[in-house]
Amino acid sequence: MYVEHLSLTGFRSYPQLDTAIEPGITVFVGPNGVGKTNIVEAIGYLATLSSHRVSSDKPLISFGQDRAIIRGRFVRGTQRTGVEVEINAETANRARINRANPVRARDAAGILKTVLFAPEDLSLVKGDPSGRRRYLDEVMVSLLPHQSALRADYERVLKQRNALLKSARAAGRFSTAHEATLDVWDQHLAEAGARLLAARLLLVDHLRPHVQRAYKELTDGSKVADIVYLPSVSSSADLAMDDDGADALHDGDRERLGDLELPALTDLFVENLLRHRRKELDRGISLVGPHRDELGLLLGQAPVKGYASHGETWSMALALRLASYYLLLEEDHTPGGDPVLILDDVFAELDAQRRTRLAAIVAPAEQVLVTAAVGDDIPAALLGRQIRVVPGGLAGTTDGPGSVAEDRDEPAAVPSAGEPDA
Amino acid sequence: MEGHPGAVGRGDEEHAAGRNRAGGPYSRRGTIVYEGAVQELIDELGRLPGVGPKSAQRLAFHILESDGEDMKRLVTAITTVKERVKFCTICGNVAEQEQCAICRDPRRDPSMICVVEESKDVIAVERTRSFRGRYHVLGGAINPIAGVGPDQLRIRELLARLSDEKVQEIIIATDPNLEGEATATYLVRMLKTIGIPVTRLASGLPVGGDLEYADEVTLGRAFEGRRAMS
Repeated sequence: MYVEHLSLTGFRSYPQLDTAIEPGITVFVGPNGVGKTNIVEAIGYLATLSSHRVSSDKPLISFGQDRAIIRGRFVRGTQRTGVEVEINAETANRARINRANPVRARDAAGILKTVLFAPEDLSLVKGDPSGRRRYLDEVMVSLLPHQSALRADYERVLKQRNALLKSARAAGRFSTAHEATLDVWDQHLAEAGARLLAARLLLVDHLRPHVQRAYKELTDGSKVADIVYLPSVSSSADLAMDDDGADALHDGDRERLGDLELPALTDLFVENLLRHRRKELDRGISLVGPHRDELGLLLGQAPVKGYASHGETWSMALALRLASYYLLLEEDHTPGGDPVLILDDVFAELDAQRRTRLAAIVAPAEQVLVTAAVGDDIPAALLGRQIRVVPGGLAGTTDGPGSVAEDRDEPAAVPSAGEPDA
Repeated sequence: MEGHPGAVGRGDEEHAAGRNRAGGPYSRRGTIVYEGAVQELIDELGRLPGVGPKSAQRLAFHILESDGEDMKRLVTAITTVKERVKFCTICGNVAEQEQCAICRDPRRDPSMICVVEESKDVIAVERTRSFRGRYHVLGGAINPIAGVGPDQLRIRELLARLSDEKVQEIIIATDPNLEGEATATYLVRMLKTIGIPVTRLASGLPVGGDLEYADEVTLGRAFEGRRAMS
């Protein structure tokens, strides 16, 4: 699919912006701080209803305004869909699909599919486990939008259970009333948690070969990348073995946990919670469950974190994003089902070899949107149409060279081509 | 609406010293608020459930502009309700006497008790006219975030009723949300030991609706709760 038209009102640095975008490669070029990323961020927001840069919606609204509106028109095969999302400072966000009556914003998520690469991706590898959990959940939701309920349900139960643990701790002693209520929340946490856990285990199984493939394509193939889900819930065998397993992650179980049916997984979860109850009461927080799990990243036998070089770390981050792209492609065979690829300022971060390889992989996609401060950073394979971004709007469009091969030797000539029109 | 002729602006500092700090987003943002009594009314109304700052403002101005007699009736109604209405000593429903009308009614079947969260749920079930048993109002649902545990609910009273009355079935009709479900689970676990059959209201598709309009959760639940027809 591709984005055909984008219009922003009161979004970030844009009081108003209207632009047509063509399928194929489009590069947004302009100096730092001019608003290139804001454009692709808006497109990413239409797809996922969240920004890749900030966790709250507030900064998306132009400073001093009450609301921001993003309108996009997408083409999927022969079908055109218009989505309008209104981000409100004070009230709930709303969305309209094809100019129909407003619906809840989250109903509009997933109509547009995107895979976004950004400098922030480095923290997928180097950052906290929470980033990797979020990555898994985002891929899960872009595959099946209604799976967002899995995470939301789990988090609601978790909040209640944590509140109970905290109040039990504050009370100083653990009464039978606390105990009986905690049993109830254990059951609910286990049910919601088992569903989320099962979905993640299945996803990692599907994602794994794609990560291996993507990493191989991005590098010379001397090392093999791998991912493994490390649940905090341990199998009954492990439970019997170690009596103080809270905080420990159990990689050996992955296969076995994935084989369990939901009711069995739920029971196992409850068993785990009971085992760690004392510790949980001491600390006043839930210690077992998908909110404590980790996605392990491996290069050969060693974990990426701490062992890999900077370049390898980047390759792993890109491989994770590419893998989600490959998985989306694999799961959706309908015409125009492939996601829009967005590469936000990533080329400046990569060395020449990774740039070229990444560009070669993404170039054939139906639509690729790239932002860059300087045209020099753009690999030859992505020298398509360029749009110059100036403060508050867009200036001049340059159609890139028809044949990529011609231009390979002098990519530096391209950014200047847009200037005369502006 | 901020530009209403009745509105008088107040500075941020002056407001911070005032007593309306708990007010709506207007006071939080430190922008313009109304003078004294009007703002106090808006703040009070804004504390009511389901009333946001804008609605509170609209209600306040409606009250200001309405006929004095009408508003006196409103004030009397509020005062009377607080003075006269009590909660039924048996089931916890609202009542004007010691016991509510349903508990006093000898025609109601004492062998069935329908457990609900609030008095308004009693009315909802009553409207169906298909339940002839009695009720038990818990006064909420288990909600640790709000500090509501089993001890804050009328669960002990329910157990007491079970030992006195000849109850054959308990129907749990708490809300089908997380807190309601947790309360239901708690009750089921508690009542299992007593040996009285416990049922839970079914959840699933709304009657008269279209399948395509059901959200995923509802439809998923409906699948889980499907029943054999042959």
